[in-house]
Parts: sequence; structure tokens; C-alpha cells
Amino acid sequence: MAHLLEVHDLKVQFKTLAGFVQAVNGVSFNLDKGKTLGIVGESGCGKSVTVLSIMRLIEEPPGEISNGVVLFEGNDLLKMEIEAMQEIRGKEIAMIFQDPMTSLNPVLTIGKQISEAIILHKKVSKEEAIDQTVKLLEMVGIPLAKERYNDYPHQFSGGMRQRVMIAMGLSCNPSLLIADEPTTALDVTIQAQIVELTKSLQSQFDMSVIWITHDLGVVAEIADNIIVMYAGYIVEEANIYTIFENPVHPYTKALLKSLPRVDSHRYDRLEIIPGSPPDCIDLTVGCPFVPRCPYAIDRCADEHPPLELIEDEHKVACWVMGASGSHND
Amino acid sequence: MIESNVLISVEGLKKYFPITQGILIQREIGAVKAVDDISFKIFKGETLGLVGESGCGKTTSGRTLLQLYKPTAGHVYFNDIDLTTTDARTLRQLRRKLQMIFQDPYASLNPRWTISQIVGESLRVHKILIGKKAQNERVSELLELVQLDPSHLNRYPHEFSGGQRQRIGVARALASEPDFIVCDEPISALDVSIQAQIVNLLEDLQSKFNLTYLFIAHDLSMVRHICNRVAVMYLGVIVESGERDELYDHPQHPYTKALLSAVPIPDPKATRARQRIILEGDVPSPANPPSGCKFHPRCPIAGDECKIIDPEWREISPNHWIACHKV
Repeated sequence: MAHLLEVHDLKVQFKTLAGFVQAVNGVSFNLDKGKTLGIVGESGCGKSVTVLSIMRLIEEPPGEISNGVVLFEGNDLLKMEIEAMQEIRGKEIAMIFQDPMTSLNPVLTIGKQISEAIILHKKVSKEEAIDQTVKLLEMVGIPLAKERYNDYPHQFSGGMRQRVMIAMGLSCNPSLLIADEPTTALDVTIQAQIVELTKSLQSQFDMSVIWITHDLGVVAEIADNIIVMYAGYIVEEANIYTIFENPVHPYTKALLKSLPRVDSHRYDRLEIIPGSPPDCIDLTVGCPFVPRCPYAIDRCADEHPPLELIEDEHKVACWVMGASGSHND
Repeated sequence: MIESNVLISVEGLKKYFPITQGILIQREIGAVKAVDDISFKIFKGETLGLVGESGCGKTTSGRTLLQLYKPTAGHVYFNDIDLTTTDARTLRQLRRKLQMIFQDPYASLNPRWTISQIVGESLRVHKILIGKKAQNERVSELLELVQLDPSHLNRYPHEFSGGQRQRIGVARALASEPDFIVCDEPISALDVSIQAQIVNLLEDLQSKFNLTYLFIAHDLSMVRHICNRVAVMYLGVIVESGERDELYDHPQHPYTKALLSAVPIPDPKATRARQRIILEGDVPSPANPPSGCKFHPRCPIAGDECKIIDPEWREISPNHWIACHKV
């Protein structure tokens, strides 16, 4: 079966006064129908830029998608005309953003913002769109949906605004929902509500989801597969259980070890990753993790490790721990 | 524990912010009850965690405790001196011993000041060291303590990364040799790989200088790691407090239970297997809090008395305190 989404060797850079920021450096992955992919990484690792490129929402210039193919249901989104792309955006692929306050228009009512997309994409009458909007608001758990149709975003709490964003994203039954840190700005109890809501809606509509986060705990709850990014590269990709049970890349390993657990009685010192993530200007030819890596060998600084399969559905980009690594010999 | 080990004692602390209406003649039409009658003690050398969701009053508690906000009511004792009634001169001297580390390492450092000016400010203000040379020597020493390059003392904040800036914030707090530091979400703005660095640094400094911390955070996993005791806040009140293992392993208050069950565990098997309590709705506005127990509209086990009567703050087992009718 063909994948719903295939991304091949995506490269994105931004021109700045300081030089080219190589935000995404050859990212490839697939996503099947009904599955959830978690993209994990720290700020500046290129996770948001990757999905913004899929949506063709990178401003050019200063940005530039310099290479890559993004096949969605077999069509290359990167080669698509703007009009055709607009048909897909919101209808086939919907996106929800991190900050529900800044991504809703403060001077339009909630109802108007959702029905706008329905009228545009579904070509239905205004009355029909209003009906559907109220149903959507009820579905995402907004109490008194009919009365709140004419409310403005400031009259909603953070969690409710994010529900509105989800309702808007789902308004045209997309086959792919991209969620860019949708719960980062929310409290844990509200985050739990949103995660549960997304899961139930996903199974209801057989939707695929890309969930971007820096929180390994959240992906553990929601994802089927996971990609770990560092400095614009995928460093490890695996099934959700594999990555937590058998992390292979030194970055993934260190990241998991540095996290305390709420259900653990171990209070020994946290393991740390020395240094800080690189800014992606003038990245070296080698592995970007070298300065912080305890296992680095000479080859790591000279040559970039490719993402290679080490076992079933488990890929790692590392000269030491990876497929061609001396560690496994 | 014996009372003499108490460093900070907070009694009935309240902080209301007035809501006003009118342009020329401002009338008070209500109050945001950010902190509404909280009491707790902090023992010498320990770390007390204050957790809760945004808007629950944990930051206001920290700031009111340090007298950065004037309390509406209540007392704060530091080594048996009442900070709320002491004169301005004494308070100013005591501030040397009471410091704060802020959440946002970008907003809390003056961009036009060098690191030497920022870290050395309290040395100048409190006249701890006189003369630029002596001050710079002390600043270098402090930078070394927080594992920064002491030769960077003439650089500006923008030349440092987020984690390094937070270290500068820590060095600034340490400059006046404090006994007590309020750490207000010191790691929430940092990248995951940097958080552990700062937490380890805070732990090292604590054992080195016998510091006492009030650690305000919403990351419950990190709080369990760093704190000896934890207090849970909801809508301006403390609903439960106890030793960390007791509180995390045997939470009694329905809010604490829900809060802990909502924390994601970085382990797909464990996190998918456990029973979660999903709370309905949002936190109500502190300007118009519910009657009785403030948690009752969202509480899965609330009864009639919860809607009317404020629950009593009582000790259910040694050092485990709770405010709930139903437990």
C-alpha cells in the first residue's frame, strides 16, 4: 500500500544577515493512513520548519526549500500550483499551532472563523455551515456551543481556544492533521484533555496525525512512530516502544536519561548533556552532535552519518552506534 | 522536626489585586484573589516545591513572601523576624539573605548591562564590597561557581544562550550570600537537554552553601526530583502538602490525584496502561472563585457540603496536610 505522505530528502534554508541557516538538512519519512507520527526535538532542531514546508507555508524569501519531494496521496506538494495547494490546505491537510491566542483572529467571532473554512472548501450554504460549526464545537467539548458561536477568542480560556483550533482543523475532515506543539502552552490537566480528544477524534475519522513536541512524555502517549531531530537532521526513527526501550543514538539515549519520572523513587543526580544545541548557521560537514557526544570518534567530525536501518523499522544516524558502527561489530 | 529549624514561616498570607473601573475616578469593583490565605513552613536546608497550574497563585505567593508585593493580610517570618511589619531599613538589609531566580532568562537580565554589572549589582547596592576591582573579583568567582567562563564578565546578555543566561541569573542571586532563594520556574523556559544542567547546578549550590529553596514549578516530574516536600496549590489556596514520596505515591486530594495522573510519563507502556483522571472544564477565575471548596465544580467526588463550607486544613498523617471534606 502506498503511504499517505512521503517526504524525501527535504532541505530548507533561510537567508539571514549572519549567513544561511540550514534548518532542515535532508529529512525523509513516511506516514501511513490512520497512524500518528511524533516528531521530537529541542527548539531550533527544524521540526516546525519540516511541517511548514509540507504545508508550503515557508515564506520565500528569506526561506527556501532547496531540495526534496513531498508526496501526499501521490502528488508532489512542492511542485503544486498555489491554487491547487490552497485546495489541499485546510481541506486535506489541516494544521493546529502552538499558541491558540495568536493563531485565532481576535476581531472575528469563533463561529465565523470556523464556518469560513467550511463555506470555502465544502461549498455549502451559510446556514448549513453554521449548523456544521455548532456540531464541531459540541464534538470538541465546548459547552453551550450554539450560544458561544458568536463569542470572540478573548472570551475563551487557553484550553477552549485550543479546542476551537482543533474544531477548525477538523472542519473539512482532513486526512492529515499536523499539530505543532499543540499542548505546550497549556497546563497538564488541559493537555490530558486535548490528548484524549485528539485520540478519540483520530479513531473516529481514520485520520493521520503528525504531532510535534519537545515533550517525550506526550509522544509516549499518542504516537505510533517517532522521529528524533537534531540540528535539522533525523538522528533516530523507530516504533514508539522501540525508542523508549532500546534507544540507540547517543542524543536520544542522553535525552531519555536526563528526564526525571513522576512515578520514580530514584533521586540520584540527573544525567546531563553538556553544552547546548548548535545554531544551524554554517553547520560542519560532520555529525552536528559531535561537540556534545561522549562516544564521538574522528570519523564523526569529518563525515556526516547517514540514517541507516539497524533493525526492523528502526533507523539511526550514527557512526559509532549505527548500522556501520564499530560498536556493533 | 523541631521549630528552631524553621527558616521561613508563612501564616495566613493573602494577596488580592484590586479590579478598578472608571478613568478619572477609579472605583474598586472587585479583587483578584491571587493568594487567599495560605500557611506553610520551610525548614533550613530543604527545598519546598510549590506546584499548580497557571493562574493558581504560585508566583504571586513567592513574590508576596519576599515582600515584592505588599501582602493584603498575613505574616511572613524569616528567622522569627516578621517581614510584613518590620521597618523598611531592616527589610532592605534582610533582602541580602532573601533572593530570587526568575523564569525567563531573556526578560530578567537587563540587555544594556554587562554581566559584571548584573551579577555585581547587589554587591554595590548593599555595599558588600567597595571598589570595582574587588567587585569584579567576586563576580569572576561567582561566574566560576555557576560554571561560566569568568573572563566573560564584560559581555552582554545577548551573547549567551538560554542556559548560560539562567546561570547568570543564579550567580546574581548568589552574590549577596543569601540563606533563602525563591526559584520561580527556573527551568520552564529552557530546552530539555539544558534543564538537567540547571537542576544539578541548583542542587550542588544548595549542598555547598546550605541554601533553602522555595521551588515554584509546574513540571511535577522535576519537582519530585528536586524537592523534599511539596505543596499543591489550586486557585489561591494550598490543597495538599507532604513529603515528596508520600504525596506522589499516596495523593489524597482529588485535585492532586488528577494532576499527577495527567503528567505524561516518558514510557509508552506505563503511560498507556495507567488509569487517568481527566478533569472536566477549566480553572475558574480567581476574581470570582466558587464558594466552599474552590475545587468543587471540577471535583469528581464533591458533595453538598463542599459547595458551602470551606474545608479545614488538617493533618491526616505525620506531615501530610490536606484541605478536603471527603478524605
